[in-house]
Amino acid sequence: MHETVLAQRLHKLILAESAKYGAKPVAAKISCGLFAAVNDELLREALCAISRGTAAENLKLKIEHKPPQGLCEKCKKQFNIDLSNIKCSFCGSADFQLLPDAPLILEEIEFESEKKNENKSRKKHIKRK
Amino acid sequence: MKIKVVKNILSENESYAKKNRAIFAKNNILCLNMISSPGSGKTAILVKTINRLKGKVRVGIIEGDIQTDLDARRIRTTRAPVVQINTEGGCHLSAAQVHSALKLLPLDKLDVIIIENVGNLVCPSVFELGESAKIAVLSVAEGDDKPAKYPEIFARAKVLLINKIDLFAAGASIDFNLKKVEKEVRRLNKKIEIFPLSARTCQGFKNWRKWLIDSARNHPAQ
Repeated sequence: MHETVLAQRLHKLILAESAKYGAKPVAAKISCGLFAAVNDELLREALCAISRGTAAENLKLKIEHKPPQGLCEKCKKQFNIDLSNIKCSFCGSADFQLLPDAPLILEEIEFESEKKNENKSRKKHIKRK
Repeated sequence: MKIKVVKNILSENESYAKKNRAIFAKNNILCLNMISSPGSGKTAILVKTINRLKGKVRVGIIEGDIQTDLDARRIRTTRAPVVQINTEGGCHLSAAQVHSALKLLPLDKLDVIIIENVGNLVCPSVFELGESAKIAVLSVAEGDDKPAKYPEIFARAKVLLINKIDLFAAGASIDFNLKKVEKEVRRLNKKIEIFPLSARTCQGFKNWRKWLIDSARNHPAQ
């Protein structure tokens, strides 16, 4: 359910960047830790509803889930934790420290290309003629 | 055109959590964020805890609920200061809501603030409120599979209170294996303190009370 709040914050960030570059955002990529418990479908639905009628309408959202990380107490290596088999992927030790979950990050935004914008305005110009 | 942004989506919440942390540090207050499913017994535990800390530790409560002030009314019977936040549909408390609630508490007269988050085992663990520690509550009536099904909160909590253990003595037919839960929780969180207790009979409250008193006296600057 917290996806609605995340979508609101994400939408705000995307619109701010859109205003900065003066371009329409068409895609965005976010990343989050597994413990952020983000449901892709719910987040996309919420963002779709919130962005209706704004510059971010129809934006395609890519979501990358980062696995939790552990620091092995035995071999001192950092590894991805597999929740179905919790042990160090290098030495097999179950003695490890759980590292902080990856934060929720807006990684990148793709804006409509200038060519496409030019084509659109050209088409409008032709229509007017 | 593709641009790199790299901005924290929860930066607004993080910023309020930072402000809250500064308030707790300035007033030397230990703040705990209590998280569980609805009906695990958070409010009952708080009422018994506050009464058992009287004369030792001064406790203030922030109550988070979707609707009503029923829980705040139960807390008021202890005479501890309490602020109710109604999220009106929101599934978790935000740091900004807690920040507003702090303005209504007598901070100079408190040693500990316990935030009773909205009953939900998933969303509240994502939003930092500025607390020193998260306290997870699981009741034996919920079943012993919850740490495996909802690892987030059990991985992040400093303390796990296992409530309603009086049901074992009452001969209730319950599928809850304490050792299994302890093993499952410690797979991800080795240092977690686990206190089985009963808010009905007060069995097991001694260790939880001691942990609270020690933590209130010795917590590091936040």
